[in-house]
Amino acid sequence: MYVAVKGGERAIDNAHAWLAEERRGDTGVAELSLAQIREQMSLAVNRVMAEGSLYDPDLAALAIKQSRGDLIEAIFLIRAYRTTLPRFGYSEAVDTGVMACDRRISATFKDAPGGQVLGPTFDYTHRLLDFKLAADGETPEAPAAEPRMEVTPHITEFLQGEDIIEREPSSEAVPGDLTREPMSCPAGRAVRLQSLSRGDEGFILGMAYSTQRGYARNHAFVGELRIGKVPVEMEIPELGFAIEIGEVELTECETVNQFKGSKTVPPQFTRGYGLVFGQSERKSIAMALVDRALRWEELGEDNLGAAAQDEEFVLSHSDNIQATGFLEHIKLPHYVDFQSELELVRKLRREAQELAEEMAAREAAE
Amino acid sequence: MKTEISAPARKAWMSLLAQADEADLSRLWQAFDHNPDFNWLRPPEAGGVMVRGRMGGSGAPFNLGEMTVTRCALTLTDGTVGHAYVQGRSKPKAEIAAKVDALMQTEAAQDLRQAVLDPLQQVQQAQKKARAAKAAATKVEFFTMVRGED
Amino acid sequence: MSLDIETNSYGGGFATPPVDAANAFRAAMNAMARPGSVQDITGAEPPAGISAAAGCLLLTLCDPETGIYLAPDVDSPALRSWLAFHTGAPFVAVDKADFALGSWQALLPLDQYPIGTSEYPDRSATLIVELTEFAAPNVNLTGPGIKDSTQFALPDVGACQGNAAQFPLGVDFFFTCQSQLAALPRSTTLLAKD
Repeated sequence: MYVAVKGGERAIDNAHAWLAEERRGDTGVAELSLAQIREQMSLAVNRVMAEGSLYDPDLAALAIKQSRGDLIEAIFLIRAYRTTLPRFGYSEAVDTGVMACDRRISATFKDAPGGQVLGPTFDYTHRLLDFKLAADGETPEAPAAEPRMEVTPHITEFLQGEDIIEREPSSEAVPGDLTREPMSCPAGRAVRLQSLSRGDEGFILGMAYSTQRGYARNHAFVGELRIGKVPVEMEIPELGFAIEIGEVELTECETVNQFKGSKTVPPQFTRGYGLVFGQSERKSIAMALVDRALRWEELGEDNLGAAAQDEEFVLSHSDNIQATGFLEHIKLPHYVDFQSELELVRKLRREAQELAEEMAAREAAE
Repeated sequence: MKTEISAPARKAWMSLLAQADEADLSRLWQAFDHNPDFNWLRPPEAGGVMVRGRMGGSGAPFNLGEMTVTRCALTLTDGTVGHAYVQGRSKPKAEIAAKVDALMQTEAAQDLRQAVLDPLQQVQQAQKKARAAKAAATKVEFFTMVRGED
Repeated sequence: MSLDIETNSYGGGFATPPVDAANAFRAAMNAMARPGSVQDITGAEPPAGISAAAGCLLLTLCDPETGIYLAPDVDSPALRSWLAFHTGAPFVAVDKADFALGSWQALLPLDQYPIGTSEYPDRSATLIVELTEFAAPNVNLTGPGIKDSTQFALPDVGACQGNAAQFPLGVDFFFTCQSQLAALPRSTTLLAKD
């Protein structure tokens, strides 16, 4: 039975009004502009773009402001907005080989052509709170050196020369699209990568960490990590040729994993892949580890029963909007459901009590 | 008057316009001070394009996520058609880009290139170069400590 | 390319797309919901060679994710560029078609179109059949959306009966003529008139 209950309208309106006021906070403090959020909270903006699965820094900044900094709420707003956009089409696959790298490092080759470029990283900071930031103050401009404008080659290309790493055969197969067709398992690697790239950073991190701790043998090196902008090209039907429709910042991680070989494949290195919108380093490394763990079947490895090897488990639980929706719905009114549970438990208690009284009476009689 | 234009040339300016900063484009366009009469073939509309990547950077394609794009198409009074597909949700930016695309197919092309496209290209190049210069400054210069006896 | 052709391929779309497409969709929906009934559909002016009704239908139903097959009698560079601009729909081979357009003769044989699968009967083609007129009825229609029975003129009753016999698989038909259309879904039962 379903009973509609009315009467919360005024309470809801007033709750919304108070929410807006609390979002603004103390009006004696200057209000945040979207440009401030976009420029100064850029990694939060990046996360909202990656998990909202829509690259638009201004919209992500707006979502963060509206959600009072609750990033999952902000991602929810972006996901809802993107469903209202007409789909103009699909881009050509971006070429990360031509990326203008802000950062590019390899844990496997010290002397890779193009070098180890640290970029704006937290890695070597001391993780000590910087109280200078609590006081206002402009940051001096970062030092510059002679810019390197040529293309930075992918590290795995050098291993491929030796044939000691698996190849990624290029293809023009049309990949499945989660935003058009509901996911079904086995999903295939293309849909897995789409799902991981928009999946919750915390969940993907936890799954990746589990593979490092031994739940699925999967010892990975970061073959290469690069962050920077790449142009996006799309074929324009009415023109009959492709143009660049913009550029996006991406983080790409390629892991190199030892592989002992199988019946059909000699011992070699295998690969895991992570590609995420924005500067999202932790997420892209985690994505590459989980991608590699999920490839056990294709590579002829054993299923060790680890969660990170279970495609259905990983893909069904990685989406924080799905998870939030189902989790949080249990706080909404379930008055009727609960009423029936209440009656059931009361009845069971009554029966148990009657039984106990009957037993006691029988014992007393004996 | 329409002049013959090559697809690579048109691709180059449309790509430049797509990525242009709206404030820069708007400023240069206004300074060019030549606003042609036109009719809409398709008024500006914002939409999404699904961006694809490749497994391992070079393998089979997969869908990464969408980006916002605004497009429009217009025709000048002489019949020249201008198209725009520009990043983001700005309708004014798309309108200027479509007008530039149309005028680049006319006698105004050379003046327009000097007044709008060349400066835009210079701004974009300078920004790219400035970032590359900062990246270059964070490149690690390894050196080996010599230890033991020689 | 001359100026005229170029401008034509961009003109002739819906003047106010949200309103015009909604009206055209309603006409298409009513046609499918009431098999054999003739509906008015207007708003678009396609290039010469196809009816206004077919043009409206394609603008309303097609987008970059629906493949269109153009039968040889309607296929032309002008139509292709018009559809490319207004819908972004790709042109595909007959066995990949989501929508197919042409005269009845040019669209045959029917068995070359996708008819769906038992799990996904909707993954089938919709054929837009251009007619020169809605002729004198030659068939009685019964089934969902029809009170008692109605009459309609089909180019080939036997072929359409064969299609209906595959239900829930099969293709669906729109019949277009000038600025009117009618429809025949696969769920309709056909009985040839004596």
